[in-house]
Amino acid sequence: MTLDAHLVVTRPGFTLDLALTAEAGEVVALLGPNGAGKTTALRALAGLTALDDGHVTLDGVRLDGEPPEHRRIGVVFQDYLLFPHLTALDNVAFGPRCRRVPRREARETAREWLMRVGLAEHVRKKPRQLSGGQAQRVALARALAAEPKLLLLDEPLAALDARTRLDTRAALRGHLASFPGATVLVTHDPLDALMLADRLVIVEDGRIVQSGDAAEITARPRTDYVARLVGLNLYRGRADGTTVRLPDGFSLVTAVPQEGGVFVAFPPSAVSLFAARPEGSPRNTWPATVTSVSRHGDALRIELTGPIQLAADVTPAAAVQLSLEPGREVWATVKATEATAYPA
Amino acid sequence: MPPALAIPAIAGLVFLVLPLFGLLWRAPWSTLPERLAEPGILAALRLSLLTATLATAVSLVLGVPLAWVLARTEFPGRRFVRALVTVPLVLPPVVGGVALLLVFGRRGLLGGWLDSTFGVSLPFTTAGVVVAEAFVAMPFLVISVEGALRGADSRYEEAAATLGAGRWTAFRRVTLPLIAPGVAAGGVLCWARALGEFGATITFAGNFPGRTQTMPLAVYLALEQDVDAAIVLSLLLLVVSVVILAALRDKWVAA
Repeated sequence: MTLDAHLVVTRPGFTLDLALTAEAGEVVALLGPNGAGKTTALRALAGLTALDDGHVTLDGVRLDGEPPEHRRIGVVFQDYLLFPHLTALDNVAFGPRCRRVPRREARETAREWLMRVGLAEHVRKKPRQLSGGQAQRVALARALAAEPKLLLLDEPLAALDARTRLDTRAALRGHLASFPGATVLVTHDPLDALMLADRLVIVEDGRIVQSGDAAEITARPRTDYVARLVGLNLYRGRADGTTVRLPDGFSLVTAVPQEGGVFVAFPPSAVSLFAARPEGSPRNTWPATVTSVSRHGDALRIELTGPIQLAADVTPAAAVQLSLEPGREVWATVKATEATAYPA
Repeated sequence: MPPALAIPAIAGLVFLVLPLFGLLWRAPWSTLPERLAEPGILAALRLSLLTATLATAVSLVLGVPLAWVLARTEFPGRRFVRALVTVPLVLPPVVGGVALLLVFGRRGLLGGWLDSTFGVSLPFTTAGVVVAEAFVAMPFLVISVEGALRGADSRYEEAAATLGAGRWTAFRRVTLPLIAPGVAAGGVLCWARALGEFGATITFAGNFPGRTQTMPLAVYLALEQDVDAAIVLSLLLLVVSVVILAALRDKWVAA
């Protein structure tokens, strides 16, 4: 149940072009901002949107010429699309019925699936009588009851409120772990991706900008979007030893020497702000101007401009002491040991 | 309510309702029971109900798939086909009747072949009445069902497809139940139009009592001989259509 796909879909002003693989039992998350083409990619895999080029191969079988009903690819849609005229039971029994399983047997299978997702008492309910979390679970049961080889989830938790989301995410994680086939899930929520997926594929503007496991991506972002997502300051430049020269002439000093094109990343908490130019060790010191101050957990997140755009986290006490407010001019420092450089 | 809207609205209502009151006011109430018992009236009523129902059935069988094709598929000339479907809506029914004669008449385009191959001749038969009524009434059903299909979320069909349903299964088990109210509304409109059909019927099927003489034809004929009989027939047609429409509306078209 290995997925190997190269999806090319061309729209006026937009091209989706991404290569995607997923092993049996693996959960791959397509993570990206809205409009990046994630849902289009999912629709192309399912056969709901035609490919302009590329291929979809599942277990070595080419599927891109097949209509969706012959692909054995299950989809949990963002708004679930439960059939409103059928009960939860008949919604889940729909897939088995389409494979000509006799009605009673199909309903028995459906009942088991609903039991597995914890909805044994709701089999007779119509979709409009179900809560958001329940509808999500019925949608999952419906997709799984059709015994797909590949499971696709489109923003599976986006329609839920915060509390339900937490419970549903944990339950979903369990169900995905016991699903033998490959899973591709689409989300714009990094937490969903990190919690549910074994591997992340970051999509921007219809292309893959980075992929890897959670640790790799959070430690070494390769685009501004990913950096913001994981809360790091990110710059691209050319390294010559421990000095990295950025395109506009500004330089950052790192601890570990590198050569050639590199990214430099450091967390906002690694930035210190001072009212006057500090004496002593930090090699990375430059004047900056505060552009905004906002809450960020227990700290305050300070956005600064200057030779480089920068986010810094400071304690409320420090913010008061430095009287940080938009327009305030300060000195920013980052220790070389805090700035990580890695090849671009 | 601004008078500029209220006054025309009231005038419009009166205009629509007044003729019905006229019918009730002039009805020969004292002789009504024996007039209703006349065999010709019952025969015409039975024929009207039968042909209108059969015409609706024909329209459902042919019209719902036609609406589906118009709403859910893309092919060159689809707009043109859609325009063709609506032609009988604007065509004077008499012209429709003439056109039907030219096609299904004994020396018509298909009529000769139908006659020689199957021994079937449609003009001036009860089947001809059904054909005439369906011709005039089916566009109402097609337009109404097409509207319902366009209003229905086609993503349910996509969801069905990902569960393994082919287009026919998706249509039967998902789309059709979802648009059932639209189909019912279209069917009612179609039935009502078929029940009142006059021009195409009299042109294509003639006016033979018991065979092709439906209620509207009987009303028209009676008007020339016996006004009271025409009123009784009209009253009956009015009551039957109102009762049936009201019953169907409660049951199927609950908005």
